[in-house]
Amino acid sequence: MAEASLAGSKNDTSNVTRKSPVSDTASGAGGVLWQRLAPWALPIAILILWEIASRSGLVTARLIPAPTSVAAAFWRLLLDGSLLYHTLASTQRAVIGLLIGGGVGFVLGVVNGLWRPAETFLDSTIQMVRNVPHLALIPLVILWFGIGETAKIFLVSVGVFFPIYMNTFYGVRTIDPQVVEMAEVYGLNRRAMILRIILPGALPSILVGLRYALGFMWLTLIVAETISATNGIGYMTMNAREFLQTDVVLLGIIVYALLGKVADLATRAIERRVLSWHPAYQGQEKGTP
Amino acid sequence: MTLALKSSHTAQRLETRQSAPPVNGLPLSLSNVEKRFGALSVLEKFSLDVPAGRFLAVVGRSGGGKSTLMRLIAGLDKPTSGTVAIGGETVEGLNPDVRLLFQEARLVPWQRVGENVGIARGPDWQETARATLRDVGLEGRENDWPSVLSGGQKQRVALARALVSQPRILLLDEPFGALDALTRIEMHRLLETLWTARGFTTVLITHDVAEAVALADRVVVLREGAVALDIDIDLDRPRRELADPRAVDLQRRILEAV
Repeated sequence: MAEASLAGSKNDTSNVTRKSPVSDTASGAGGVLWQRLAPWALPIAILILWEIASRSGLVTARLIPAPTSVAAAFWRLLLDGSLLYHTLASTQRAVIGLLIGGGVGFVLGVVNGLWRPAETFLDSTIQMVRNVPHLALIPLVILWFGIGETAKIFLVSVGVFFPIYMNTFYGVRTIDPQVVEMAEVYGLNRRAMILRIILPGALPSILVGLRYALGFMWLTLIVAETISATNGIGYMTMNAREFLQTDVVLLGIIVYALLGKVADLATRAIERRVLSWHPAYQGQEKGTP
Repeated sequence: MTLALKSSHTAQRLETRQSAPPVNGLPLSLSNVEKRFGALSVLEKFSLDVPAGRFLAVVGRSGGGKSTLMRLIAGLDKPTSGTVAIGGETVEGLNPDVRLLFQEARLVPWQRVGENVGIARGPDWQETARATLRDVGLEGRENDWPSVLSGGQKQRVALARALVSQPRILLLDEPFGALDALTRIEMHRLLETLWTARGFTTVLITHDVAEAVALADRVVVLREGAVALDIDIDLDRPRRELADPRAVDLQRRILEAV
């Protein structure tokens, strides 16, 4: 899993740096500009067609509002402060849930990865619970915690726990045993072994877990907020549905997409920083023989 | 005696560019060592004495007990019976005076070259690592990642890591087997220089007879867990002449015994 993700990132960077010979011969700076703009051409064309279709009455504006109406809704909600208020409410839940669920998942992953008795005792239970879709817990969670903050944070925690746990455990277990033996021969104590060998070695896998967890985090939050909430983006969109404000519903979806993208960019930045030792993150540098 | 004089002379000549003063090696002694894995007997009543500061090569086919012998000396395994003694003391587990170079460099990929050399984080490890890297010909590379190094450079880092703590016995488990021929010759010269300057007792395990004759004072051929040939290599050092007829003759005799 880790390998696949690292290979993916490598391809991404090489796409940015590698220039196609066709554009180079075409027209210098203009070619580069076109390359920059090309990925945006299709989305912009779709937006323009959508706008035209909506204004000319080809589609019902009440079901699919024009992009300009969504932009207007964005501006309106930004000015009255409600957009920021709901976004912050959602983000706060997301972060608290991630810290709790991710923290527990990380600690259990490390402990079970390092210590066989803990794995024997805990892992089969965790694997059993993992196969229950955590959103199926919603009725139970509402009975336990009501519809307050605790219920939503609990659900997010459960959602992010498993990807972080699984990948941390996997990362700790798949460390090169030859490197571990070398470290033992060179007299590293248990603490140094964990801090300098095992955790850094498990990090690529842990970060893959984090990226999966972020996906689960937003997913859980959307569902939890649309079912029971008094604020947050999910509440905002469900409330807008009641009043047939389709533009606000679409805006809510776009905000979720943007939050997800921001979280993913943040993880990628962390990866580039802490995995700078990994060949996949080292640009064109090569050793001299 | 003449050999000893020659070595100390070379050591003095080299001392100016070596960071560390020469260290006296420790003698190594195996008596009646037996090692069995279940019903399989890998070493049988095996005895061997290596005086302090000597360079011994152990040659043999795969599965002939070479690596087992190495692990017993390093304290990674215990003999089924018999004793392994270093400097007169029976080996009980890992010994900081003994360092082992593996077949693979086994560098930690997420630690920089200098951090790999100073893996045990002894006192002044950064300064010592820098100096030892200079000794193995990698001056100024301490901030590189291991992934940018070539195979030979990685083994140089591994050698620096082994030497940084001034070991008195150095064990080499086919460390140059995966290198190309030219890099291997470079590594032989480097190892000979370092050994001459520092004087650690060295045990090299190899299946390359030419390598054994190029480096060692004495070659032991291990066959089916027992010594098949024990021969002194009395050639001048530094050994730069590749086609020395005496070396060729020694290689032939060793090959016949393997």
